Amino acid sequence: MNTELQLAGDDYQEPIEHVEYDFGLNRRSFVQFLSTGLLILANAAPALGQRREGGRGQRRISNVGARIHLGKDGSITVLTGKVEAGQGARAELTMAAAEELCVLPGAIQLLMADTALVPDDGITAGSRSTPSTVPAVRQAAATARNMLVQFAAKTWNVDSKGLQVRDGKVLQPGSEKSLGYGDLAVNEEALGEFSKSTPSADGLTARTDWKNLGKPLARPNGRDIVTGKHVYPSDIVRPGMLYGKVLRAPSFGAKLVSIDPAPAKALKDVIVVEDDSFTGVAAPTTAIAEQALDALSKTAKWDVSPHPASSALYDYLKEHAQGGVPPNPFSEETGHAKQVLKQTYKVAYAQHAPLEPRAAVAEWSDEGLTVWTGTQNPFGCRGELSRAFHVPEERVRVVVPDFGAGYGGKHSGEAGIEAARLAKAAGRPVSLRWTRAEEFTWAYFRPAALIEIEASLDERGKLTSWHFININSGGSAIDTPYNAGKARSRFVNSDAPLRQGSYRGLAATANNFARECFMDELASAAAADPLDFRLAHLQNPRLRAVLETAAQRFNWKDCVRKKSPNGGVGLACGTEKGSYVAACAEITIENGTISVRRVCAVFECGAILNPANLHSQVQGALIMGLGPALREQVQFENGTITTASFRKYPVPRFADVPEFDIHLLDRPDLESAGAGETPIIAIAPAIANAVFHATGKRIRQMPIQLSEV
Amino acid sequence: METKITFSVNGQPRTITTDPQRSLLEVLREDLHLTGTKYGCGEGQCRACTVLADGKSIASCTTSVGDVDKQSILTIEGLAQGERLHPVQEAFLAEGAFQCGYCTAGMIMQAVEILNTDPKLAKTDLAARMQRHICRCGTYPKILKAIQRAAV
Repeated sequence: MNTELQLAGDDYQEPIEHVEYDFGLNRRSFVQFLSTGLLILANAAPALGQRREGGRGQRRISNVGARIHLGKDGSITVLTGKVEAGQGARAELTMAAAEELCVLPGAIQLLMADTALVPDDGITAGSRSTPSTVPAVRQAAATARNMLVQFAAKTWNVDSKGLQVRDGKVLQPGSEKSLGYGDLAVNEEALGEFSKSTPSADGLTARTDWKNLGKPLARPNGRDIVTGKHVYPSDIVRPGMLYGKVLRAPSFGAKLVSIDPAPAKALKDVIVVEDDSFTGVAAPTTAIAEQALDALSKTAKWDVSPHPASSALYDYLKEHAQGGVPPNPFSEETGHAKQVLKQTYKVAYAQHAPLEPRAAVAEWSDEGLTVWTGTQNPFGCRGELSRAFHVPEERVRVVVPDFGAGYGGKHSGEAGIEAARLAKAAGRPVSLRWTRAEEFTWAYFRPAALIEIEASLDERGKLTSWHFININSGGSAIDTPYNAGKARSRFVNSDAPLRQGSYRGLAATANNFARECFMDELASAAAADPLDFRLAHLQNPRLRAVLETAAQRFNWKDCVRKKSPNGGVGLACGTEKGSYVAACAEITIENGTISVRRVCAVFECGAILNPANLHSQVQGALIMGLGPALREQVQFENGTITTASFRKYPVPRFADVPEFDIHLLDRPDLESAGAGETPIIAIAPAIANAVFHATGKRIRQMPIQLSEV
Repeated sequence: METKITFSVNGQPRTITTDPQRSLLEVLREDLHLTGTKYGCGEGQCRACTVLADGKSIASCTTSVGDVDKQSILTIEGLAQGERLHPVQEAFLAEGAFQCGYCTAGMIMQAVEILNTDPKLAKTDLAARMQRHICRCGTYPKILKAIQRAAV
């Protein structure tokens, strides 16, 4: 596996974990493609009859036709390469288009992430859908509306200035005349002009005139979710489809020495594939596929190799820090300081554990390869498939139905490649659904972190220097937002023992945990209240606003004074990807177990586009954040994940939910930033700081557990 | 070792001949193409696979299809009456009680059992009663609100 950076928006890069399968065309299992004729979408899709001026899979689309399709029946289809994984892109992009087209959201069908039809809007990651794709959709839609107005002006031979657009119709005040998008679509010449026109910001609806954006919109396909009709990737069924299973190594790095496929092949209707490092089976039912896999694995001989254990993780990361750990260059400041503090923080590996494990259906035909799968990176997966099978990208189609969550954990397309390999051998479509244990073992992990910080304070309790080193987990939100005097923050790569990749907020959680816990330690050293100490070093008005609002709503100063015998309060704040969060937490401790009782969180991401969804995302991120804060840690030994089930990897459940006061600060004067990630970064340090308030003990590790003291 | 199993699914009598050890979840999804019921863990730890068997909620991933012979199974697909949604479905929509929605079928089926058997629970011990279910998106507070809304 290797990691590279891939664009997720105009100016943001996301680390991508690559999948290194290579099934050469000269390999022995090459089979004829099964001819199934035209590929048909599993989900109902519109027939896109409108002539398309390029745009399929195009980056930075240059014409409205690649983004918006007008049906002769008046239907409107908006196309995007972004995916819906529960984060709310479907509602948000529908609202954006409805706003500018001047139609009701219900009049729009949003077609997402089918690489044969949609423009490439980049990977769905890095909180980029809101700042990059919403403007792109709005510009195309505003241009489309302007084209409709021009069309009406020309048709009626009037000045376009006097015309209005309402509910998808151009109206001329004082007359009964009206023209809609369907009327434009039936006019060949007008439609041609429409499709070729270049999206521009001309005529974008001013914020004060918004009718859709800024108001809550429920998920457009919500009814299909509650009735069980929505087809997730793991639900796709194709004619003649088989169910696949892949033989996994017993431990990381183990190499297959020998295997006897005969007992598996002896089972009825079972196909066995051995190719390169890949061994798998396909069968008419999952139960038969499991029997075949069992038969195979009983004959498999493996050559295992040593692998570090999680019990020695942090020593291992430090020993393998590339180029060593850089020394603190601020010896002059630390030499003259009243106080110098130095601490080390540890953050365990975490797993995304999306409730739908990786799943894909692959089907080969004369047209090439089609894969339906749950990935945040449809065009990236198309590239992976193209490389793995030596098939040109034009002959690979990746379709991403709305899927069962990713949280940054589904940037890769392993299941799609594996299903495609099996389907190629079987000459039939194959569905491959990873088990929970496979997802816990063979997906990638949120990187563990070892963070060392050293800072100096003068006699007035002011920071004079700050040296921050993150080993292994990444550079997101690594720079301190505080005035810390001379400051340097660096990320140092290490030899990661596990396959690691993105996660909600990436390394921002680890970096903010260490920084915000350390700020509390510095506040204690300076004999200052943690809130006052932060504010004294903080200029950014947006970060100050969320912190001050949270403290006020939580009644911070009173809570600190009225400490209960077995409880405490803590706070933290942070910023990343253009949004701002602060959290205050109240905890109690009984028999060594920390319970989070009450959380006040304030979040600001500029102008709020969909307040209902934003609330769900913020609350969801806070609840998800409780897991690695308190309990979740991936453990491993002898190359095996020893926490590969929900029994051993206890994610948050109903009883873990504290009393919430979630406040969303709306800033209609500012551009909207994404919001799916940053709300997660303040909850863990707020809890750790509350544990100190309750016990006087500093827990410098995630998960925060008292047994570690 | 194939056995004939006769049961009712969403009010329809069904007879299938299969290995009785296969999970009910697999048979619902692969043989009957009722894919609304989800696999989440395969060991009854997340309850995305919850269905009702003779009115009682069960984890269909750890239930052998042979064990529900002669029983009456209700899945998410059988809840609405034509176009009319079940009150719990309506409530989940009204509260926006899902994000990715993958746990939703299991949550709704569990809520239906609670409201059918002990509607008072919806007011008191609801979180404890739902404790076996995982929503990885963290929509728990809205799910509780939805169930309470349906209980009114």
